[in-house]
Amino acid sequence: MAEAPADRITDVGPPHYERFLPPIIKANYGKWKYHEILKPGIMVHVGESGDKLFTVRAASPRLISVDTIRVFADIAEKYCDGHLRFTSRNNVEFLLTEEANIEPLIADITKEGFPVGGTGSGLSNIVHTQGWVHCHSSATDASGIVKSVMDELFPYFQEKRLPAKTRIALACCLNMCGAVHCSDIAILGVHQRPPRIDDKNISKMCEIPTTISSCPTGAIRTADKDGMKTVEVSEDLCMFCANCYTVCPSMQLNDPDTDGISIWVGGKVSNAISEPKFSKLAIPFIPNNPPRWPEVVDAVKNIIEVYAANARKYERIGDWIERIGWPKFFKLTGIEFTRYHIDDFKHAGWTYKRSTHLKF
Amino acid sequence: MAKRDTPMLDELLKGPYPSFVKELYKVQERKPMVQDLLGQLEDSYEERIGHWKHGGIVGVMGYGGGVIGRYSDLQDKYPNVAHFHTMRVNQPAAWFYTSDILRKIADIWEKHGSGLTNMHGSTGDMVLLGTTTDELEPTFQALAKEGFDLGGSGSVLRTPSCCVGPARCEWACYDTLKLCYDFTQEYQDELHRPFFPYKFKFKFSGCPNDCVASIARSDMSIIGTWKDDIQIDQAAVAEYAKAGMDIQADVIDICPSKCMKYDGEGIEVDNHECVHCMHCINVMPKALAPGKERGATILLGAKAPIMDGALLASVLVPFIDLNDPDEVEDLHELIGNIWDFWGEHGKNRERIGELIQRVGMSTFLEAIGLEPEPEMISAPRDNPYIFFKEEEDEEEEE
Repeated sequence: MAEAPADRITDVGPPHYERFLPPIIKANYGKWKYHEILKPGIMVHVGESGDKLFTVRAASPRLISVDTIRVFADIAEKYCDGHLRFTSRNNVEFLLTEEANIEPLIADITKEGFPVGGTGSGLSNIVHTQGWVHCHSSATDASGIVKSVMDELFPYFQEKRLPAKTRIALACCLNMCGAVHCSDIAILGVHQRPPRIDDKNISKMCEIPTTISSCPTGAIRTADKDGMKTVEVSEDLCMFCANCYTVCPSMQLNDPDTDGISIWVGGKVSNAISEPKFSKLAIPFIPNNPPRWPEVVDAVKNIIEVYAANARKYERIGDWIERIGWPKFFKLTGIEFTRYHIDDFKHAGWTYKRSTHLKF
Repeated sequence: MAKRDTPMLDELLKGPYPSFVKELYKVQERKPMVQDLLGQLEDSYEERIGHWKHGGIVGVMGYGGGVIGRYSDLQDKYPNVAHFHTMRVNQPAAWFYTSDILRKIADIWEKHGSGLTNMHGSTGDMVLLGTTTDELEPTFQALAKEGFDLGGSGSVLRTPSCCVGPARCEWACYDTLKLCYDFTQEYQDELHRPFFPYKFKFKFSGCPNDCVASIARSDMSIIGTWKDDIQIDQAAVAEYAKAGMDIQADVIDICPSKCMKYDGEGIEVDNHECVHCMHCINVMPKALAPGKERGATILLGAKAPIMDGALLASVLVPFIDLNDPDEVEDLHELIGNIWDFWGEHGKNRERIGELIQRVGMSTFLEAIGLEPEPEMISAPRDNPYIFFKEEEDEEEEE
């Protein structure tokens, strides 16, 4: 290996956040009194000092070019003395002290193609993964589905309100880089067939013991095929998680005809009202249908609309379903209940109905 | 080079929501890499399958993480994405930037990479999407000169992240930005060099609303809370009522522990019954606020499904005062004990939550030196399979 140059910089960590905080935040740090949502996408935070910080939140496709970063920088300079931030759901937020600048800023950022919204009891941006843009194990694309779903549900990002905040997330395989397992609605890419083993190259490409131990169900065993040292997969045990493929490229799992999408509902991370909970299976499989995945868009829209029509104020999707019961959820949404909805992984019994509290 | 013909992707230029395809179009004229990305992505849309290979360790000198190696499996057709590696760049706490620093980062990535980014990745890093092996080190050093460093990938401490906290939120029960920054600096070695059985994540949320999803997504989740009484401004309560809020229906009746009363004049809270869920405070931010004795609950073990099923984090330390340097020091010691136990007993690709499931929480608590507390469970065991230990003092009697 080449020797490192003497002035090489490593292990400095991230820059200190104070470098980037606007003066109004430095002055009111830890001393905010309250905030209000003035209209969708616009917030005001009021300090104990009486200072007012206005925030304009705009949508972002998450995958953005340096050109767009420069557009955000231009707008931040024009209206915010150069101050902006991003949110945990990949929105961009402009931080203003002059109330009069709000409307011109909205006009400018909207003209650039980034609409304002995403606050309060509605939809915010969809947290998502890389999909076909950059991932090796994706069972579907990510950005294309997000775009298609948000186009259709766009009014809920802006003025149209829901009973409570509703968080959609998408992960393009079970690895869940988007950690969708606690979302009101989760769109999850799934594989349906076991890996196809490259017998010829696996012993050169992969560490076989690591590959075997990567399997959560112990479905992989060593095998000898025509003198080639390889592995075999017990099809009965494989749950198509792609863990083996992540440690060993010779276990190809992607398949255009059987890869697709599942839909999960009722999860949340906030502790507000009810405890955090996992999303549960609503629709086991929808085939991939690019470029705009109309079946997925319809499925998500249907769940949102049935929820909007039936839930009480402040009820998240999961709280609403717990109140009405799962049988009624399937009835109201018209989603078919199948054998796949009944858990058969470890500790499955926790999800069986263990009472006679049934509604007829 | 001619622009790629991408009829399927062009369908995603339509509609009101921002389009990632438009972002690719913005840079493709000057970036052959992005032209090939568009071509390969169009193929993926037509064929309904991804075209990326993983494998091959790539990175910068001395680091075991921060770069995700990526290669096209259509290299002959799309040679400009033969290498298309991702660099994870450790974001500033709570994702605050100035236009000035964003322009510098844009210029660096214009020069060294595809010009495409994610602002931000799921763990919190700024993601620089797509460059060649040769450009990794120059990009890293250009970023370092601006004060930035790479984030984590693989079996390392992943880049810690935090909510907006006291910078712009009245509900922050501790300084999430400071703690996130301090922890990231403290554990630079663990972040850049793989020491662990698998990944480990810290996420810092200032209140139980948990805006960075720490309880679902981090091995150690630090969630702000308070011990004393909810602060009430009764004049502001009256203002909400006057403005038409149905306080009984929207606040009192929904309270999960039924610890609140409203008599038409003011709100009364039985604070010892409060579970600190945040609902009343969320709905009436002008009238109600977390108490003054603030700190955090430490939870452990959340993860997504791979390998053994998803887990939510569970309570490890019910309350810690993060303003007390001694308590923060104790937390670092606890983290050291957890990592030692995990390093010794964890299997390859076993997260800490799964290890606890495998060995049992009691064994784990004993190993890390914590006493069991009823706040750690939702209920005591309901099976009689108790692994009784022989009493130590019995031996002495013999």
